[in-house]
Amino acid sequence: MPVIAIVVALLVSAVVLLVAGYDPLEAYPIMWKGAFSDQRTFSEVLLKATPLILLGAGLSLTFRCGIVNLGAEGQFYAGSVVATLIGINFANLPSYLLIPLVLLGGALSGALWAMLAGYLKVRFNASEVVTTIMLNYVAIIFTGYLVTGPMQESKVGFPQTAQIGEAAWLPRFLPPTRLHIGFLIALLVALLIYILLFKTSTGYGIRAVGINAEAARYAGINVRRNILLAMAISGGAAGLGGAIEVTGLTYRLFQMISPGYGFDAIAVSLLVNNNPIATVLSGILFGALRSGSEMMQMNLKVPSVLVSAIQGIVILSVVAFSVYRDKILKWFTER
Amino acid sequence: MEDIVKTFPDTIANDGITIEVRSGEVHCLLGENGAGKTVLMSVLFGLYRPDSGRIIYKGESIQINSPKDAIKNRIGMVHQHFMLVPTLTVTQNVMLGQYAYTKILNNTDKVAERLREMSQQFGLDIDPCALISELSVGEQQRVEILKALYHGADLLILDEPTAVLTPQETTHLLGFLRQLVDNGLTIIFITHKLEEVMQVSDRVTVLRDGKVVATVDTVDTDPRELARFMVGRDVLMELTREATQPGPVVLSVKGLCVNDERGLPAVKGVSFDVREKEIVGIAGVSGNGQTELALALAGLTECTFDELALGGRPVMNVSPRKLFETGLVHIPEDRHKMGVVLPFTIAENIILEDYHCQPNSHHGFLNKRYISQHAVMLVEKFDIRASGINEELEHLSGGNQQKVVMARELDRKPRFLLVNQPTRGIDIGATEYIRQQILLQRDKNCAILLISTDLEEIFMLSDRILVIYEGQIIGEVPADRKLIEQVGLWMAGQRSTV
Amino acid sequence: MDILLLVSIAQSILAATWRMATPLIYTAIGEIFTERSGVINIGLEGIMLIGALSGYVVTSYTDSLFLGISSAVLSGIISGLLFSLFTVTIKANQIVVGAAFNMIGTGLTGFIYRTLYSGGSTDKLVLDTFPSIKIPLLSDIPFFGEILFQQNLMVYATVVLVPLAAFILSKTAFGLYVKAVGEHPKAADTSGINVTLIRYISTTIGATLAALGGAYLSMAHANQFVEGIATGRGFIALAVVVFGRWSPWGAMGASLLFGVFYALQLRLQAMSGNVIPYQFLQVLPYLATLIVLVSLKGRGAEPKALGKPYKA
Repeated sequence: MPVIAIVVALLVSAVVLLVAGYDPLEAYPIMWKGAFSDQRTFSEVLLKATPLILLGAGLSLTFRCGIVNLGAEGQFYAGSVVATLIGINFANLPSYLLIPLVLLGGALSGALWAMLAGYLKVRFNASEVVTTIMLNYVAIIFTGYLVTGPMQESKVGFPQTAQIGEAAWLPRFLPPTRLHIGFLIALLVALLIYILLFKTSTGYGIRAVGINAEAARYAGINVRRNILLAMAISGGAAGLGGAIEVTGLTYRLFQMISPGYGFDAIAVSLLVNNNPIATVLSGILFGALRSGSEMMQMNLKVPSVLVSAIQGIVILSVVAFSVYRDKILKWFTER
Repeated sequence: MEDIVKTFPDTIANDGITIEVRSGEVHCLLGENGAGKTVLMSVLFGLYRPDSGRIIYKGESIQINSPKDAIKNRIGMVHQHFMLVPTLTVTQNVMLGQYAYTKILNNTDKVAERLREMSQQFGLDIDPCALISELSVGEQQRVEILKALYHGADLLILDEPTAVLTPQETTHLLGFLRQLVDNGLTIIFITHKLEEVMQVSDRVTVLRDGKVVATVDTVDTDPRELARFMVGRDVLMELTREATQPGPVVLSVKGLCVNDERGLPAVKGVSFDVREKEIVGIAGVSGNGQTELALALAGLTECTFDELALGGRPVMNVSPRKLFETGLVHIPEDRHKMGVVLPFTIAENIILEDYHCQPNSHHGFLNKRYISQHAVMLVEKFDIRASGINEELEHLSGGNQQKVVMARELDRKPRFLLVNQPTRGIDIGATEYIRQQILLQRDKNCAILLISTDLEEIFMLSDRILVIYEGQIIGEVPADRKLIEQVGLWMAGQRSTV
Repeated sequence: MDILLLVSIAQSILAATWRMATPLIYTAIGEIFTERSGVINIGLEGIMLIGALSGYVVTSYTDSLFLGISSAVLSGIISGLLFSLFTVTIKANQIVVGAAFNMIGTGLTGFIYRTLYSGGSTDKLVLDTFPSIKIPLLSDIPFFGEILFQQNLMVYATVVLVPLAAFILSKTAFGLYVKAVGEHPKAADTSGINVTLIRYISTTIGATLAALGGAYLSMAHANQFVEGIATGRGFIALAVVVFGRWSPWGAMGASLLFGVFYALQLRLQAMSGNVIPYQFLQVLPYLATLIVLVSLKGRGAEPKALGKPYKA
């Protein structure tokens, strides 16, 4: 099913490209090359997939709990801000202390930022759809303030902070590529969230709340606590994503540190029916789409923002197919 | 209606049904839940399209593709669940049937005036300007009838209209229907209650498993024959039930007050006890505070009280989970919303309350092996018909879903069992089984509070009967069928004794 | 600070309030129709962007504000029909479809804008916007004249839009049907009302007004398109609907309240120089939205069938 959705999305986008005066038969091969031509390009794909997997796996947990968390973007920012703060201020700690500290700090701040929206939901019945989006804006604007104000490297320079201490940099494991252990951490987190959701009693509670909160409440399950928990873990994963982006790739914080990972991650999770472990595949796929579209922009001047639209169409195809899945399967089996 | 066939993905609801309704008669459609009565009438009213078959109405073959077509053909229907918008007035609800999408509403007053006249003419006593949400269930039903009459119905379909009424209201309704027939209307009356058939109908068609079993003139038949048609065998009308000696008080309630979800008082200071080895039935028309009473006793909503003790220990606003640990077991009124998680499997539903405890959960991980074994055992013990414990609950019949709930709850070995509407919408076989299980619990020293709007059920199972009306308990009688008249009066709010 | 200066500041803030409230009024009034019929569209942000871009593009190529607005309306109708197709006919999860619409709106408008305007034809970049129209005599009223009677046509149009919406909802058969479909679709269906049709129309009204709200931003407020020009207004409009209790007049009041925050932000930004970092002001509308949502206890007026696909 997800494969069909991708194909449909690429076909629709091909029409858009044609209308806009580009040749999809020229553009798509370049896109493919931009992602899979050699070790270097593929390692870049995995680097882009790293935050997508972390955020997507986290979101799958909240979606499974019935919460429409659209706030991964803001939680990512929260994580990257705190990670940068720690990375700069404790630069002289040894690596084996500093790296866990930075990652933990990032995860914790993401979790708290997400729990704020969760708290507003369970305490005031404020729709998380709106609150998470608003908290995204607050986090992004606050980051903008930090990098042009108190945390700016120099008052005349770019809107960015100084570099974090070298001890906080995540080790690379496949030189000469930039691939760092953050990718492995993402795989581990996706696996852990999968186990939590499907193998533990905590995950059972979260899923029960997500499908039928009323029945869960009648069965004595504390719905509010499960919502807060799901938000905390999901936000923690997103915050960790922000921390890994800073410590593994950028080594500093700047204004637009996320090109929209938080929103891409929604598609990453939905594409695989909110299965945390499968977000590894969809994360890599969307990473490849991004890498490929950048190549497309460089070579053919096709604006890479098109990727957002492609992802939106992927979501629409997925939901449409899931509704008609039985009918489509029947149609195929009858042939 | 000739040879009507209607299938759904899993079932054949109507399997070649042919019925004939004569002008100016009350025609009863009798059958168990799931026999296909409502589906057949929904076809006639245009809510479903039949797979095959045709409808001949007033001598002509007609196509009914939507309720609009039905109303145009002067067919009206009063649904089991009322089709009224609670936030609108009576008049506005009636005007929904005018299909003038672009019209400015300047005739509201005229419609209201006409409704007032009709209401007086038929003695329905309805204020056209009242909001539906302010009306009682009985009044809403009269609005539904008024609505159909306003749109000029010649043929009126009523789907289980008496389910929500007191015995007195029922009598009144049946009289009113005869009056309508005298005025030239034709009525199709869906029910599963034999006495009503005998009282009101001219002819009766019995459905079973989507097929017509028989059509007879009412004068030529008797309840026993109809019952045999209906279930295909002689039914056990009575459960054998031995008298027991109640033990010590298990649940003691004094001065309990509960608000509904809008914050208005729904239960207004009720007091009662439930003892060991005793079933206390709470009778009442739905919407008189039963829902809130059950919620409060299960710790699911806030309440105030002078005394609330379970097993001799006071219960002070504790969590549902804590209440479960003291031996409370709750079977909620709405399975789908409150009792089960439909996309979960049978096994998963069985651990809904204890998933976090040993042995279901071991060091935080679900113990799949134990959960499966336990589920297999319960499926067998409670005779749950399914392809296996990993079948999703949404694929089970209503009766089997309720059996899963019963299996889960009764396996907890309750000291106090709180049951709310245990057999609503369930076929007769499962109903009998479930009632037997409840009696069995009584014999195991359990204290049981049975809330039901089905008076039959109340009298069949209870040792004592309390009647709830507008949030207050206004009467108590022993479960003696001779007192059914008295209970009915109380349910209607008459405080006097007969 | 002397009194005259304070008065003039107050005047300019209040005049800006209405201007800043206008895109919210359009979008929220539209969403009231959508939600009253039982559909929730969280894709308003994306649809605003689409409206903003199509209005801008057509105006910049034809120099006709009328054609620009027409194309924005057209883009809104298409978006609304597509949204209905997925949510009403296919019955997909409305929140998910809305999220997808936001992505498509962001991606597509960015793509088209960069494709059309990266070649450097800068003369097309800035539009002649809707001019402000001084109403004779009234605009000379001291203090209030500038606030109320020196606005552009799209701002004035809200004076018609809000009562018209209120009239349609409370006094026409269509309004009655919309409310019935959103509260109890099955009751509407059994009364012979076409639930699908009503939801298509209401959703399309909502999307069209959102597109107009977006077009206001690029054609009347600013004089060009900027990527992401809606800056969250689509989501704020959702909060406005809740705060306004699903009533047009309530939504207008709520929009004006948000307008005050936007106006304050603009004015203070201009005044404070560098004393207050501009981000502290920029964040005001978003914080205000959070506070509004938290301060609402209960949601009595919410349509009962909101967000639920209707299955006969």
